[in-house]
Amino acid sequence: MSTVQTKGFLGMPKVKGNAIVMALYLLFLLLPIYWLLNMSLKTNTEILNSFTLWPADLTFDNYKTILTDASWYTGYLNSMAYVVMNMVISLAVALPAAYAFSRYSFLGDKHLFFWLLTNRMAPPAVFALPFFQLYSSVGLFDTHIAVALAHCLFNVPLAVWILEGFMRGVPKEIDETAYIDGYSFSRFFIRIFTPLVASGIGVTAFFLFMFSWVELLLSRTLTSVNAKPIAATMTRTVGAAGIDWGVLAAAGVLTIVPGALVIYFVRNYIAKGFALGRV
Amino acid sequence: MNKTVNQKAWFLILPVLLLVAFSAVIPLMTVVNYAFQDTFGNNKFFWAGLDWFRDMLESERMWDALGRQIAFSSIILAIEIPLGVFVALNMPKRGFWASLCLVLMSLPLLIPWNVVGTIWQIFGRVDIGLLGYTLDALGIDYNYTQGFYAAWATIIVMDVWHWTSLVALLAYAGLQSIPDAYYQAAKIDQASRWKVFRFIELPKMMGVLMIAILLRFMDSFMIYTEPFVVTGGGPGNSTTLLSIDLVKMALGQFDLGPAAAFSIMYYLVILLISYVFYTVMTNLDKREDS
Repeated sequence: MSTVQTKGFLGMPKVKGNAIVMALYLLFLLLPIYWLLNMSLKTNTEILNSFTLWPADLTFDNYKTILTDASWYTGYLNSMAYVVMNMVISLAVALPAAYAFSRYSFLGDKHLFFWLLTNRMAPPAVFALPFFQLYSSVGLFDTHIAVALAHCLFNVPLAVWILEGFMRGVPKEIDETAYIDGYSFSRFFIRIFTPLVASGIGVTAFFLFMFSWVELLLSRTLTSVNAKPIAATMTRTVGAAGIDWGVLAAAGVLTIVPGALVIYFVRNYIAKGFALGRV
Repeated sequence: MNKTVNQKAWFLILPVLLLVAFSAVIPLMTVVNYAFQDTFGNNKFFWAGLDWFRDMLESERMWDALGRQIAFSSIILAIEIPLGVFVALNMPKRGFWASLCLVLMSLPLLIPWNVVGTIWQIFGRVDIGLLGYTLDALGIDYNYTQGFYAAWATIIVMDVWHWTSLVALLAYAGLQSIPDAYYQAAKIDQASRWKVFRFIELPKMMGVLMIAILLRFMDSFMIYTEPFVVTGGGPGNSTTLLSIDLVKMALGQFDLGPAAAFSIMYYLVILLISYVFYTVMTNLDKREDS
């Protein structure tokens, strides 16, 4: 649909209905985020004593507090650490499995695929307590790797699902030609196949990042000090003197930034990824 | 695609199996263990048989939570699916504006769930939040920590805000895959806008919409963090959904037996409904392939 503007009522430029709908929807999405940003740039006095639509007394102190206090910014480093670990582990095990599901049929393949998916459907609340006991008993409590492994519960099935969708789109003749040319499986997989599904791997990595980054119930249950995620650190703002709204808002804004950065790179593949490679 | 039969493919699956066995099967067995046993402390356990299950099935608390959960999931599905499709139909098809819309719409999806809760907690406060302040100024009695309707409205609007974009993105991906020729044919036949939607766009979106419904159902049925941050399950128990109740029971009161029995029934309900969706979905896939 083109966005040709025609003259409408009283010679005013007529805007298409589509644009109005989108503008309203985006306004609905952005308003709460704007409010958080707005609050993060105010002093607590201004937040509590006057109601202003934009900061009258612009201040970056809230951000300074977070970026200079180690107990704050290590929260970000912890979150980053387990998210990256989880991405690496999930991709490493999911790549060969997705290849197997997309290329071969074998005993029980369909049941196995559904069983994997059931783990994506498992409520984290069900697993919180057993995870706590399991990781405590093997001495991994409060480590980054414990959270990374716990997040594999829902991320590995997701990775297999998305990658399988992308790999299905690669013609099988490529495999056969490579084997005739004398490639071994591992060389073929690393040298030829992986580059062919590179965009799929990128999209999968994005989704792994996303679901590990936004999850809190498991990561909070499995950590206390050393690996505490930033999202859990935010409860610190509740002190004896009430809630430090400015710092809370600033911490919130900073958790949105990494997501906003990675979105830009995958914007053209987001939809396909959400459709699990099946469009 | 025709697949070759090859039993050695199992070796490629092995790493996934081992990992999932460690991170899912072992913990799940612990839950099963607790569900059938009772303890008086000191790590001594007694066989309790199906007692916990009977207790839970007779407890009003669980049925109430289940009722609230079903109400919540139905309401958000009934709003998000049509709204998401509607937004997708209005999105620009290509170019700069399409990219911009995609990026901005994905933004809520990447915010940590407790920050989503925090955003709405702040946004809805009467003293410092834009929404609460505006409603208050309009003379509407709105307080999500005290009013039943205000609390429910807040968590539903929050979920719509958080996840409608997911449905819209999926529907958009489905729409993108429709060849222009279909629209041209419809134009020649002078089909109305509604008929184009009903007979061209909707059937083509069916596959991705099923994924959207499946994902939204699963995720809304296990929602925990966002409503917990905003209302904490209150006022009273009015927004205590299944996961909130379960965490209260397991980690708050440490009632391991009932909590485990609860967990297993909870999991089975999700599995059952998801299996139905999954079967419908794979059947749709097959029909499209043939």
